[in-house]
Amino acid sequence: MIEPLATDEKVVFERTEVLTDHALHYCPGCTHGIAHRLIAEVIEEMDIQDRTIGVCPVGCSVLAYQYFDVDIQQAAHGRAPAVATGIRRVLPPDRYVFTYQGDGDLASIGMGEILHAANRGEKITVIFLNNAIYGMTGGQMAPTTLPGQKTTTSPFGRDTAQTGHPIRMCEMLNTLVEPVLIARGSLSSPKGINRAKKLIRQAFELQHQGFTFVELLSTCPTGWGITPTDAVKWLDRNMTPFFPLQVFREPGAMPDASHKYAPDLKVRDEA
Amino acid sequence: MNRVVIDKDRCKACEMCVSVCNKELIEISDELNAKGYHPVELHDPEQCTACGLCALVCPEGGIAVYKAKKAG
Amino acid sequence: MAGQRLLMKGTEAIAEAAIRAGCHHFFGYPITPQTEIPEYMSVRLPPLGGTYLQAESEVAAINMLYGAGGAGVRVMTSSSSPGVALMSEGFSYLVGAEVPAVIVNIMRGGPGLGNIAPAQGDYLEMTRGFGHGDMHAIVLAPSTVQEAVDVMGLAFDLADEYRNPVVVIGDGLLGQMMEPVSFPDTEPKVFDKPWATTGKAKSRPRNITNSLYLDADQLEAHVRDLDVKFQRMDVEQRAECWMTDDHPEIVIVAYGTMARIAKTAIRQLRAKGLSVGLYRPITAWPFPSRALEPLVEPTRAFLTVEMSLGQLVQDIRAQVGRRRPVSFYGRAGGVVPTVEEIISQVELLHASLAAA
Repeated sequence: MIEPLATDEKVVFERTEVLTDHALHYCPGCTHGIAHRLIAEVIEEMDIQDRTIGVCPVGCSVLAYQYFDVDIQQAAHGRAPAVATGIRRVLPPDRYVFTYQGDGDLASIGMGEILHAANRGEKITVIFLNNAIYGMTGGQMAPTTLPGQKTTTSPFGRDTAQTGHPIRMCEMLNTLVEPVLIARGSLSSPKGINRAKKLIRQAFELQHQGFTFVELLSTCPTGWGITPTDAVKWLDRNMTPFFPLQVFREPGAMPDASHKYAPDLKVRDEA
Repeated sequence: MNRVVIDKDRCKACEMCVSVCNKELIEISDELNAKGYHPVELHDPEQCTACGLCALVCPEGGIAVYKAKKAG
Repeated sequence: MAGQRLLMKGTEAIAEAAIRAGCHHFFGYPITPQTEIPEYMSVRLPPLGGTYLQAESEVAAINMLYGAGGAGVRVMTSSSSPGVALMSEGFSYLVGAEVPAVIVNIMRGGPGLGNIAPAQGDYLEMTRGFGHGDMHAIVLAPSTVQEAVDVMGLAFDLADEYRNPVVVIGDGLLGQMMEPVSFPDTEPKVFDKPWATTGKAKSRPRNITNSLYLDADQLEAHVRDLDVKFQRMDVEQRAECWMTDDHPEIVIVAYGTMARIAKTAIRQLRAKGLSVGLYRPITAWPFPSRALEPLVEPTRAFLTVEMSLGQLVQDIRAQVGRRRPVSFYGRAGGVVPTVEEIISQVELLHASLAAA
């Protein structure tokens, strides 16, 4: 569809070739499409398409394997970090491995896998889409659903006395020693999208040093029951205060020195 | 003249591009695309500054933007 | 050490055989009675440039196999009944996405937490597909440490050949016993894996490891393709017929460790003058019907002996039907039928045949 470039103009924006021609299946205004594009653009700009292996989740982005023009594996629900571990541990170190996961996949059923992959310092990039709801199954409560937020399984609003508070994944992972990048961005505005892309780029660039994690606050207009343009406002007003947009971890920025503790107790040491 | 190329068959009329265009040059059209949406269209293209925001926020990756080089 | 005979514990021999079959990547979680396999791998694999990784759970381990197998390497895990049960979801994904991998199940007493004593209670779980959906996988059931070594090489070849996971089942006795073994001198077979997700070279379209087919007709076509493959696996039937050439009156049916105990019983029964032989499935799936069939007519009665309460016997009864009586003797919960118990069962059966 894109018309040939006239000699007297420059490209401000073109669709990246690391995305396939498939039309996206997402609902109108869903920010999954933006996240896909940013990842694909980073892969193109870093010229690593031939060395990248993606891992897709179960959830709304279950079909993401159709959209990225890279070698890709479709994982079981929540298990993408384990699948990515298997790929990372057996392929040459110059490969780039990323997972793409939603909040139900990563913060609920896959909590064990993400925590342990992060704790092992797996050299992978995890892109975590947090839209505070289960989109694919039709708008049920997620571990990241806000207090009082109505969903089809919290019809009177999330009752924190019964179901607890939303889980803040970045903050939780930031207690671990190994991760080298933990950051939260937002896809609610052009500025946020540009910043999100920088974070994704940074994550891929740091990936061979260790575990990198980028959470992206996202909208689910259909699940939330509002228009896409209202959804981004809702995100800014309601999600950002609870999920602050921060870089929690960067290289050389450990929160404390406790990881330097090495016990001197010798056990099972036959020497 | 700057160009904004909209892939009308990808458009789902979410209006994100409409909401970010500072010049308010994008609007929903009357036509129907293959998916059954009314795709957006650009009017007054000569007013477009090729800022690229519409393409940046398009979840479908359906907008391309080209900026004309200055004559001379 | 090729060709040389070494005294090895079953679990360690299984691990060594896997390494020699070209498997340099192991993901697993500790569980008795098979933990020597991961322990052995944790020593042997790193110096080979391979991977030993202790997963956070069996669920994670099987999904690591999915990632690694999908990336084209030979990969395995080992576990025991409750741990293997946790792998059922991932196992189904391996089948659906056609990812080769090898899973060793050193079975223990169940159900639930059961105990750590040797058992064969997972026979039906393993042989009926072991996962959701229309699926199957080859199940190998060695009965000696040497045979365990032999089937490990075979397991990796079959997994690669059919692009399907392969299960090796044993029990705690096989895992713990020490026997002399020798390893094959042959180099492992190398399979071309153009489908592997190793990074999309510019010269080829992307590779996708996937079991999702949202369109019902497409999924049916995929499942039918898989089914054709499962039917092709029928040629892999393997069984041992032991002391059956003289058409014994009674044929004992048993697999794995149980078959070894049955052999001891048969020797003693033959010394007493009774006419007894053994039919021993080596592939628990595909069920080795072709080896059983010629035994049906000449045999007056079958006796299936299990360390479970009537699982293998279902397959025997399904094939023998009403043509011959098939009786059953089993113990469960980690109790192993003794030679004496088998002898007494055969003597009872012999007496009833004589009276008939």
